[in-house]
Amino acid sequence: MRLYWEVVRVTARRMRTYRAATFAGVVTNTVFGYILAYVLLAAVRDGPVESVGAGAFGTRDAATFTFVAQGLLVAVGVMGTTMEMAERVKSGEVALDLTRPYDYQGWWAAVAYGRAVFYLWARGIAPFLLGALAFDLRLPPEAWLWPAFLLAVALAIGLAFAWGFLLQMTAFWIVDVRGPNQLGWVSAQLLAGTFVPLALVPDDAERLVRLLPFASMIQVPVEVYLGMHRGQDLLAAYGVALAWLAALVAAGRLVLARAERRVVVDGG
Amino acid sequence: MVAARMRADWQYRTSFLLLFAAQAIVTGADLVAILVMFGSIEGLAGWSATEVVLLYGLTGVSFALSDLLVSPVEYTAVHIKSGTFDQFLLRPASALWQLLGHGFSARRLGRLVQPAVALAVVLPRVGIDWTPAAVALVPVTIASGFALYGALWVATAAIPFWTVDSQELGNSLTYGGNALTSYPLDVLGSWMRRLATFVVPLASIAYLPACWLLGRPLPFGLPAAAGWSGPAVALAAVLAAWRLWGHAIRHYRSTGS
Repeated sequence: MRLYWEVVRVTARRMRTYRAATFAGVVTNTVFGYILAYVLLAAVRDGPVESVGAGAFGTRDAATFTFVAQGLLVAVGVMGTTMEMAERVKSGEVALDLTRPYDYQGWWAAVAYGRAVFYLWARGIAPFLLGALAFDLRLPPEAWLWPAFLLAVALAIGLAFAWGFLLQMTAFWIVDVRGPNQLGWVSAQLLAGTFVPLALVPDDAERLVRLLPFASMIQVPVEVYLGMHRGQDLLAAYGVALAWLAALVAAGRLVLARAERRVVVDGG
Repeated sequence: MVAARMRADWQYRTSFLLLFAAQAIVTGADLVAILVMFGSIEGLAGWSATEVVLLYGLTGVSFALSDLLVSPVEYTAVHIKSGTFDQFLLRPASALWQLLGHGFSARRLGRLVQPAVALAVVLPRVGIDWTPAAVALVPVTIASGFALYGALWVATAAIPFWTVDSQELGNSLTYGGNALTSYPLDVLGSWMRRLATFVVPLASIAYLPACWLLGRPLPFGLPAAAGWSGPAVALAAVLAAWRLWGHAIRHYRSTGS
């Protein structure tokens, strides 16, 4: 168990060297934050929109939603998690990885959390502060919402990792993973509310989308931040996220087991 | 060189087709977002769904064409970092053309599909009075937009000659510009609208021409003719980018890296 904590720490520390890239990333998040916040504000200008099971979404929330979501995008990994797994399959190094005494999936999960910790700090805060220069951004209305929000984010990171893990596992069967990877992540982004907040999705469709794991990657954590989920409702939201996390992790392990058999059969 | 790349791409047919489809869907996501949004709201800053799709289509096609033909200049930073840039300076053809041919990838055509189809669908439906001038403005706008995006790409790719890789910074301008111009500039705060109209004239890519075509008043009291500012803006941008690139190459050569 201690090993995985070490991996998280080392990964987070290693990412600090990418200073120039991080700066560029902050600029990107800020630019898109500005554009999307204005668009969203214009969209709800004529009146708040009702969200299924999360209350009304109006001009008070639009800008905050945008910048908190932007801050989470790269940390959660919904813009696409690491391609390293697939690359190591292609190069054959995965055979070495699979013989090691620690859990393959656990290892990559620790790496994902390490990355996330760094990005939450490096790209989560600055765009928000820069956005506050032009927009009226809000903090969570009550103190207890902070840990609630962080718990939702922790679940989101796990969900995104598990989804990415499944996508990367296709590398054991097909040569170029980029296609399924791109498709998998664009779909995730759409359904996570990064293109259009789910409140703006027609009610019937919204109900369906909220049943999927992707909503819990971005939409739900930001809603928790805004105080849109409380009491029973909040527990239900955590429940859905947890259930999907368990399901995706289990699916990942199943696929990995079949992939390992393949590696052996190919004489690796 | 382009033909050789296309032949190479076609070898991995399935992978090529998957990526092509992925690109088409990736671009489509923006359109889907716009259409979905209009399912819940009446108008965006007074612009209807078809009018916003017009903006999306105009800028989308320009951007996709530029992405297809000019974006390979992005690999400058990669080549400089790995030390492989010098090969482009040895050959007789200009380094820029070589870079563009070397990095060409036909799967980027996938980016063109959604906005082109969207534009074709929306043009007859959005209530434009099709005078000969109006008909001419559409290709003029797309060509100008293509040139402006191209200039932005070359200009931002020239920066790595001086600093460490900042390609992603440049992407804020190109990709960000595409996102910005897909919506009516009316949604922006007036400071940002000013920036996008006069400082980095993204407004000429879709918004101003669309205002002209739809008979809408232009912002800041600009004359209707400003809808035709595309070519002038594009020309100025291309010249500026050309000089910047030339300057960068000369600097690179002289420092003997």
